[in-house]
Amino acid sequence: MVFAGTVLAEAIGVEDGKNVCQTQSYGPEARGGASRSDLVVSSGEIYYPKPLKLDLLLALTQEACDTYFPALKEDGVLIVDSGLVDQLPDHKVHGFPFTQIARDQIGTSMVANIIALGAIAALTKIVSRKGLLEAIKKRAPKGTEERNLKAAQLGFELTQRKKRARKKR
Amino acid sequence: MVKTTIQKRERLILGNRACAEGAIAAGCRFFAGYPITPSTEIAEVLAWELPKVGGKFIQMEDEIASLAAVIGASVAGVKSMTATSGPGFSLMQEHIGYAFMAEVPCVIVNVQRGGPSTGLPTKIAQADTMQARWGTHGDYHAIALAPSSVAECFHFTIRAFNLSEKYRTPVIVLTDEVVGHMREKVTFPESSEIKIINRMKPTVHPGWYQHFEVNPHFVSPMASFGEGYRYNITGLTHNPDGFPTARPVAIKEKLDKLKNKITHNVNDIVEIREEFMEDAHIAVFAYGIVARAARQAVHMAREKRIKAGLIQPLTVWPFPDVYMEHMLEQLDLVIVAELNQGQLIREVMRVNTGKTRVRGLNRYDSELITPDQIFQKIREEK
Repeated sequence: MVFAGTVLAEAIGVEDGKNVCQTQSYGPEARGGASRSDLVVSSGEIYYPKPLKLDLLLALTQEACDTYFPALKEDGVLIVDSGLVDQLPDHKVHGFPFTQIARDQIGTSMVANIIALGAIAALTKIVSRKGLLEAIKKRAPKGTEERNLKAAQLGFELTQRKKRARKKR
Repeated sequence: MVKTTIQKRERLILGNRACAEGAIAAGCRFFAGYPITPSTEIAEVLAWELPKVGGKFIQMEDEIASLAAVIGASVAGVKSMTATSGPGFSLMQEHIGYAFMAEVPCVIVNVQRGGPSTGLPTKIAQADTMQARWGTHGDYHAIALAPSSVAECFHFTIRAFNLSEKYRTPVIVLTDEVVGHMREKVTFPESSEIKIINRMKPTVHPGWYQHFEVNPHFVSPMASFGEGYRYNITGLTHNPDGFPTARPVAIKEKLDKLKNKITHNVNDIVEIREEFMEDAHIAVFAYGIVARAARQAVHMAREKRIKAGLIQPLTVWPFPDVYMEHMLEQLDLVIVAELNQGQLIREVMRVNTGKTRVRGLNRYDSELITPDQIFQKIREEK
């Protein structure tokens, strides 16, 4: 989650040229445990470093969805991992099985967060696709660039496929 | 010129990394430390970067030894630092006193987390504020700088080195978990734009050299070990030549020197950021990350036509006594917002002559004080 936040901040901040402030929250465990990444985006100076009301919430677990949904604005965008979040709040939701897709198509659940970033780029105007891909190239650990870029591409296509399917109906 | 590993001028970077890069830009070439959350990235970055610029990195067995190694390296003539958090900062207190007494320049970064004891490794607090001032025993006069953004982590670390070299004293950079683990875009200056201060070197014949010479500036020129100047260093109260003394006159002279070099230079050391203070009747007094919430809160107050302003001490220690006395005359109310049970508020109350109301806004549940909380407090108390 923190890595995804960093990539998104890099994409919006350095590649797309806005002001960003990314913070994080996690427990004392070395592995596992809840983790959260916050991102504030502004064309002006950022005073308070944490978001107060959310324009966008990406929840990869049921717990995250339950905890942070109340902070989402009424017209805010909610994106969830539909494989892991089954109790959905009464709100327009974009659900994709990120973790399952990551496991099936790339072979590791580790890149679920990057597929989700791809979906964010396709669904919202918050980040450009080009900026996101550049940020992944820059930030992905050595040797994982290819699979992370592929994951982002999957994310872009995922939402398009869904949009197309909706049109057909 | 200092060769740094900074390549691109505008980058998204972590607060702790900015701190480490600031150290390298300031000329730091030695780091000794013991990893501790949330400060570890500083050590991690310097372990990679210091060897590239001819510096040394050592992981020591604990924090006591870490600061001892830093002091030794500095006496050998190399700008040195360590980084830690609460539990490690407690262990370092003994040697902070030694560095102060022996007048050894060095920088200690304390990335504050929740305490006491092991407390909250990954959560924020500002509860070491008083420890930074009074942590070691004896009459001690601390310098502590408090960054509130990633860019300030870079610049304040450089300034910490400059002040420590200028005044031959340990300087503390008092950051916190949120600033340390925050990523922001920073535009880095060219190395030629960075002001660097190096310690004053002796010009006298080695036979005349006194390592702790008493002079009108209160700061003695400093020769490095091995440079041909003979001197003694001890934590015992000493004469100007560095050997222990029991003479009351010499003892007073030494302790006055340690005090005066800080108190006579408050105007040079202290930096304060103000917002809307020209006509403010209400001030929010906050340092570090809390000042950013306070800044937003006073903007909210101004929208409601409440004459509120922000006083953000960029140097927490020494406390700006004279400045605050003057400010308190103009103010009806000061709200001291801090992430502890009330530490800096004691200082504001100490300089308050009695007419201004001083109220605390405290949070110590591992979460930040929000702009809204400060704004509500302004409304309640005004």
